[in-house]
Amino acid sequence: MKAFLTEIRGAVMSTLILAVVCCGIYPLVVFGLGQIFFRDQANGSLIVDKAGTIHGSRLLGQPFTAEKYFQARPSAAGNGYDATSSGGSNLGPTSSNLVATLTQRVADYRAQNKLTTNAPVPADAVTASGSGLDPHISVANAELQMPRVAKARNLPVETVLALIRANTDSAGLGIFGEPGVNVLPLNLTLDGLTAK
Amino acid sequence: MRIIDWLQLGLFVAALALITKPMGLYLGQVLDAKGRTWFDPILKPLEKITYRLMGVKAEREQDWKQYTIAMLLFSAVTCIFTYAILRLQNHLPLNPQGFGALSPDLAFNTAVSFTTNTNWQSYSGEATMSYLSQMVALVIHNFGSAATGIALAAALVRGIARHSVATLGNFWVDLIRTTYYLLLPLCLVFAVFLVSQGVIQNFNPYTKAKLLEPMKISVAKTDADGKPVLDAKSNPVMEEQTVTDQTIVQGPMASQIAIKMLGTNGGGYANANAAHPFENPTPLSNFLQMLSIFAIGSGLTYYLGSMTKNQAHGWSIWSAMMILFLGGALLCWWAEANGNPIHQQLGLAAADGNMEGKEVRFGVFNSALFATVTTDASCGAVNAMHDSFTPLGGFVPLFNIQLGEIIIGGVGAGLYGMLVFVVLAVFIAGLMVGRTPEYLGKKIQSFEVKMAMLSLLILCLTILGFAAWASVSQWGLAGLNNSGPHGLSEILYAYSSCVGNNGSAFAGLSANTPWYNTTLGIAMLFGRFLMIVPIMALAGSLGAKKISPASGGTFPVSGGTFVILLLGTVLLVGALNFLPCLALGPIVEHFLMLQGKLF
Repeated sequence: MKAFLTEIRGAVMSTLILAVVCCGIYPLVVFGLGQIFFRDQANGSLIVDKAGTIHGSRLLGQPFTAEKYFQARPSAAGNGYDATSSGGSNLGPTSSNLVATLTQRVADYRAQNKLTTNAPVPADAVTASGSGLDPHISVANAELQMPRVAKARNLPVETVLALIRANTDSAGLGIFGEPGVNVLPLNLTLDGLTAK
Repeated sequence: MRIIDWLQLGLFVAALALITKPMGLYLGQVLDAKGRTWFDPILKPLEKITYRLMGVKAEREQDWKQYTIAMLLFSAVTCIFTYAILRLQNHLPLNPQGFGALSPDLAFNTAVSFTTNTNWQSYSGEATMSYLSQMVALVIHNFGSAATGIALAAALVRGIARHSVATLGNFWVDLIRTTYYLLLPLCLVFAVFLVSQGVIQNFNPYTKAKLLEPMKISVAKTDADGKPVLDAKSNPVMEEQTVTDQTIVQGPMASQIAIKMLGTNGGGYANANAAHPFENPTPLSNFLQMLSIFAIGSGLTYYLGSMTKNQAHGWSIWSAMMILFLGGALLCWWAEANGNPIHQQLGLAAADGNMEGKEVRFGVFNSALFATVTTDASCGAVNAMHDSFTPLGGFVPLFNIQLGEIIIGGVGAGLYGMLVFVVLAVFIAGLMVGRTPEYLGKKIQSFEVKMAMLSLLILCLTILGFAAWASVSQWGLAGLNNSGPHGLSEILYAYSSCVGNNGSAFAGLSANTPWYNTTLGIAMLFGRFLMIVPIMALAGSLGAKKISPASGGTFPVSGGTFVILLLGTVLLVGALNFLPCLALGPIVEHFLMLQGKLF
């Protein structure tokens, strides 16, 4: 019995000590180092303009519908790009619900970007991402939207293309993952250009 | 299946092979109570104070029963600790969003889930958990359950390596040394790296950002009591609203993500887990997160080799794991890259593969690889939604879990799970040649085989039993997000994931109900602790045995023959147990998809 009580003391004390070390000291040290060396990233990579308005985060997508904006991927997070409700559609490969949704999105995408009725549509343009907050679209998707945006803003296509390139996050170290066009900073830059 | 993707796969395997030996050597120092590490000057005093406060005599070793009881007590106390915080979080500090307490069934499910290293999440982190709950109630298990797994594996390895002894080490010493010398230093470096990539680490309240283009949504109109207003045909009346803000999640995320990966816990800070751009912002963070899931488990195979003074045995087990890993990764990648013919007929570019539920920055290949890695191990973090994978792409993670997560596996749990198969493989080899089976000089007798079989039967019976119950129950079917065979897959995946202590999901299943929370919670407890007890009995029995010298008739536990026999045992047991139900789920769905059938 005495041995058992010693073990209980071990269990209770180890819980408390681990709570202090692993759940107190450790996260606070990471917090301190993060705030000193990577302040911007540690606080959400926020995009703040000179007036102090927070426009969003470089890492989180936003919904767009207007002609003059590059449009982000469909989102299953809440009502769309709800950053407090991340997640995917979780619809499976034989879901009739998903097929109906995709059919509508493909038709909309082709109409909006003046594509022929049998032109292939980039998959990322009509599918919901895993997080519902994907900040990127594929380069092919951006280039298909480019003429529409250039026309709506009266900008030369070359200017818009240069902005797409400038807002493309390349693959990690040139090898890992996929390049993607970051939609929110791209649209913000476009707004800045057009305002001038 | 592009060349650049093959290159990434090659780099991943090469990086894993490179870290295995250094990790194994370091584990040897950590898991030796008298071992030395670089961190001794800082951590040795802390270790000593910890033992004094706990009343532990570090030099006193325990037999298998004492070791197991200590482990169970630690798990029970931490579980109650977490349950209490979750139930009281509305009264506790660090809750800037003012989240309420969790319901009893959800708090039970979550506390059990994290205690068992499962990290199944019936809740959505960013809308449920206060910073204190995330950082303390959940993270304590991310460390504790990972260290527990490693400790148990070390005890089993000692049972194999030692002979004619009753003791297997001291649980408390293994727990504390693993946490202090292994997990904390690795996590600290990894967490700071993750912050550099964009993972948040702060205590700010959620930030309101102004949407560039306000969004019009239509929502159900509610009356003064919050009830939906119905029209004459009793459909809800919709009204237009304009959303002008985006609420950006904040909190101490990076410190949690680092340990969730290294400790193969997998519980996300946010609902979307590692698909969320804050949790896994870049392809580079993604690569290192995948590597960190495998890092410790891979090193443990080297630790086994060095403890048993048979490094070829360690590498043979590692090779068997790698063959199973590559098989799964290639099948999943191929299926996802080929995509869904039904969707391609609608006009989706065939070359893009299946992108539903995937992030652009990871693409098809890194999503498939992550899904394979996270289910080979008992991690369960996801960077894409498995529910939306093609049938065969989703088959791979499900089958990986059902094999018992022995392909590298959860930290510690993967090794002790695989060693059960090694015992069976040796036993089968002995039967084939008609000699008493021996494993590294120890006779494998009926007790060892019984214990090994018991732990496998528990896995299979619990998964199939609960899944069968749920799929014929009202409460089980009510949670489905998909119908047809995919619905069965959702249920099967849920119980496989919980019994296997994985924690990933076909996340369409609405599992936050009292029935699901309770049954899944029991499944997790069975899958963890009912597995461990026979394995510890096996460890105790092996440790007490004498070593008999190897002879010409001894079956070698290294080399090609052994690897093939081990693979055969794993696949045969896995396939016999689960192929019938897999045939009704993902396999039949694959053929229905090819025919264009929808549900």
